[in-house]
Amino acid sequence: MKPFTFERVSSPAQAAAAAAKSRGARFIAGGTNLLDLMKLEIEAPTHLIDVTQTGLGEISATGDGGLRIGALVTNTALAAHERVKRDYGVLSRAIVAGASGQLRNKATTGGNLLQRTRCPYFYDTNMACNKRVPESGCSARGGVSRQLGIVGVSEACIATYPGDMAVALRVLDAVVETVRPDGSARTIPIAEFHRLWGDTPHIETALEPGEMITAVVLPAPLGGTHLYHKVRDRRSYAFALVSVAAVLDAEGRGRVAVGGIAPRPWRVEAADAALPDAAAAARALTQGASPTDQNAFKIALVERTLAGVLAKARGEFA
Amino acid sequence: MKYVEPVGETPIDRQRVVGRPTPRIEGPLKVTGRAHYAYERHDVVEDPLYGFVVGSAIAQGRVTGFDLAEAKAQPGVVEILTTTEMEALPLGLGNSTTLFGGDVIHHYHQAIALVVARSFEEARAAASRVRVSYARTPGHHDLASIADTAPFAKDGDKGPDVSALGDFEAAYAKAPVRIDATYTTPDESHAMMEPHATTAHWQGDKLTLWTSNQMISWGKDSIANVLGLKPENVRLDCPYLGGGFGAKLFLRADAVLAALGSKRTQRPVKVMLSRPLVFNNTTHRPATIQRLRFGADKDGRMTAFSHVCTSGNLPGGDIENGVSQSRLLYAAPNRYTAHRLAELDLPEGASMRAPGEAAGMMALEGAMDELAEALGMDPVELRIVNDTQVDPENPERKFSNRKLVECLRRGAEAFGWDARNTTPGGRREGRWLIGHGMAVGFRNSIPRKSAARVRLSGNGQVTVETDMTDIGTGTYTILAQTAAEMLGLPLEAVSVTLGDSDHPAACGSGGQWGAANSTSSVYAACVKVRETVATRLGFDPAKADFSDGSVHQGSESRPLADALGAGEIVVDESIEYGDLAEKFQQSTFAGHFVELAVDAYTGETQVRRMLACCEAGRILNPVSARSQVIGAMTMGVGAALTEELAVDTRYGFFVNHDLAGYEVPVHADIPHQEVIFLEELDPVASPMKAKGVGELGLCGVGAAVANALYNATGVRVREYPLTLDKYLDKLPAIA
Repeated sequence: MKPFTFERVSSPAQAAAAAAKSRGARFIAGGTNLLDLMKLEIEAPTHLIDVTQTGLGEISATGDGGLRIGALVTNTALAAHERVKRDYGVLSRAIVAGASGQLRNKATTGGNLLQRTRCPYFYDTNMACNKRVPESGCSARGGVSRQLGIVGVSEACIATYPGDMAVALRVLDAVVETVRPDGSARTIPIAEFHRLWGDTPHIETALEPGEMITAVVLPAPLGGTHLYHKVRDRRSYAFALVSVAAVLDAEGRGRVAVGGIAPRPWRVEAADAALPDAAAAARALTQGASPTDQNAFKIALVERTLAGVLAKARGEFA
Repeated sequence: MKYVEPVGETPIDRQRVVGRPTPRIEGPLKVTGRAHYAYERHDVVEDPLYGFVVGSAIAQGRVTGFDLAEAKAQPGVVEILTTTEMEALPLGLGNSTTLFGGDVIHHYHQAIALVVARSFEEARAAASRVRVSYARTPGHHDLASIADTAPFAKDGDKGPDVSALGDFEAAYAKAPVRIDATYTTPDESHAMMEPHATTAHWQGDKLTLWTSNQMISWGKDSIANVLGLKPENVRLDCPYLGGGFGAKLFLRADAVLAALGSKRTQRPVKVMLSRPLVFNNTTHRPATIQRLRFGADKDGRMTAFSHVCTSGNLPGGDIENGVSQSRLLYAAPNRYTAHRLAELDLPEGASMRAPGEAAGMMALEGAMDELAEALGMDPVELRIVNDTQVDPENPERKFSNRKLVECLRRGAEAFGWDARNTTPGGRREGRWLIGHGMAVGFRNSIPRKSAARVRLSGNGQVTVETDMTDIGTGTYTILAQTAAEMLGLPLEAVSVTLGDSDHPAACGSGGQWGAANSTSSVYAACVKVRETVATRLGFDPAKADFSDGSVHQGSESRPLADALGAGEIVVDESIEYGDLAEKFQQSTFAGHFVELAVDAYTGETQVRRMLACCEAGRILNPVSARSQVIGAMTMGVGAALTEELAVDTRYGFFVNHDLAGYEVPVHADIPHQEVIFLEELDPVASPMKAKGVGELGLCGVGAAVANALYNATGVRVREYPLTLDKYLDKLPAIA
């Protein structure tokens, strides 16, 4: 870990101002990902801005029947929130499918969206990685790639976005609210929040330097059956091979998004339109896939996981 | 005590303390943070410096230079040691490559520098600023690509590691039912909770290492040899270990570099390996490729049996002895077993819990399941038909006590084996395919010399002192139980001091030999204490009964303390063994049974029930023995379903070098586990009539899971771990 300076701010405006002053600064809230990355010197911020006292820890109703989730609401609090459990079950289920109880107690809504990839080559500083060191190359290609992406990836990077919460937010069409270093606020639809890697895999989100997430807004509830199925090698504390977030009616029509296969939660209009046909929806979701030999199984796994989710939505089993 | 013939009745047979379920006596210290592990010895070392190990970024080649300017300029840095400033250090016992020194790189994350600083954080920060230049050379990193040309391993001075009896090829060709199957097991990591760690301090030419090591006397001799010290000038102290599973059998870089760093700075230095270095700097269980060919008559009796195991290691490294159990487990007149060893430029392969059997039985017992299916025979009955009471390669030699058939029958009954579905893929519950599998567990019981000191004080307190280690298994408790039983005292009257090399040298913790041998040494010492006490009290040592703090003979009774006066009785004694192990094969046995659910859609697995029925002689403490077995069963589930060191065959290293990437089971993976111990005594094995149990619980579990997967899905996967990508496309169509 490189030495860094540290300050604590008490409002989003102060956070933005502090970020404007300091290039190479990072915001820190739960720190569940950033601190690990700093210890490994994958991240080496020169300045940390502690935003935990900025008053963004509330969940409140919006005028149109939705929910505004403060950026500092912990994963645990969000998953356990009465309205989230009642109206946005897919979100609650996705969150508790991630990490561990201890991590969810610390991890925040804003921070979770910014969770970085778990590609093992990103984590080993002896290995070339375009995401860690721009234009240094990608050692994951041709390497151990079973966990990595099959769609939306690029020549420069085949890593995935690893999280669960954002997959549910994607199916719910959530909107991210931010404040920029100049103090101005804006909103970013979740669909546009995570970037495809392209030639610049080190740029992972639509956030500008110094821009801070202040809230995530959920539109009015969709109704339907809310499901999240995360397929992984062990039954807890593992990242998804494939995950499916779905909001479906009794016939299996509705929306799906897929995690574990792409740089962002993967949702395709044609897939939603193809429901309840799991095979057709899966074809739409994996169209243009460029898997490696080690992760080609994910194509079939998307279809099978989706089929299982649809069967459950139809009430075929508990 | 030289143990040359099986003992008759002993005070241990009373089982007033030994054999009773006993919570571990050091448990309160551990759960209240008062048990100090190697990196936390603030009780003995003040103001230490912190060493951080830099690992090689290449797998094969040379270090051509260091640039230390930036690192040395970092705050808090006291000293930096580099590998090129000294010749390669000599090998310690059990090491196949040097731990430090020289410019040659043999494996990824080989230790090449130690940064010593005032704090851990400063040392780590400076370590990342050590600039190293390398000349990389190509190496062999892929076992599969060189396995076919691997030569036979050498069996010591006896030539190739090949064992043949009868005419396998002829019998195999004639057999009406045949199996020819190749299984693979991956490289595995011990992944114990406590990384390798040492605090070192020199006083003059005397070195003390507070370290985490399973084998104190080996470690002491090794560090003396590696650093050119007199053994009497070295002391190791290791009262507690946070697991090891074989990773801490031998000296590792943490101890060497802590000692070197402390020597250089003349200050105490602490070194703990970072978690990534645990995977690539230290040792692992080597991957195997195993071919099994069985020929059987239609009644299931095997007439031809062959098992050939291929593994790889660094030049000079050892085999993963996957055929060990195959030379002992089943009868068959025509046999061929062999081991091939490839030279592989990966980190050093060495012992991991049940070395040999753990990987070997994953293959053997899978192939036996295939044979049972080919025969149309119950897999349990197939094992029973092929049971042997003698060493199959040396029929003169009997097993000391072999109750495998009883383990299988009792286990099958308790598990409800007969109620299983026998048609693969034939049982579905909702989204789940349900399957059942079984396998035999087998692991040898190994007699080893072990010594202990027993002090009986005037106040009726007993102290046991030995360099034996408690790796988390419950050694403290069984040694206390043994002394208490022998001297007729309550457990609370016994205190136990472990892990100090100044105390008598014990067998150490490894090879599931720790419990039987270390308790036997305490037994032997207590025999002498009893003789002294009885003689002083005017009793006949052979007839005196030690009970309730007193000594009784006939109608006479005297307090134990009367024998002591003001002084104490101190006895140093060891257990050593004659040729009983040559005359009798000493092994432990289990039947493992597993119920597994497989998601018919996604292929995800969930173990639903596990049962092991074990025979391991006297069970010294049913609480800790059960813990050993269920822990091992858990490790077996990991080996079956998730654990694999993923090799980057281009760069030659284990890629998933952290506990997020190397997936051991979590609580949610493990269901209720039932353990049954047969009530058996094995007086051939040890005077405690006990054998080992710590590794038995692992052997065979992986195959039982794999066989259950086959029964659930109809898909036979011979490549461990059984991750869903290997069978997803072969699952029954989604209904």
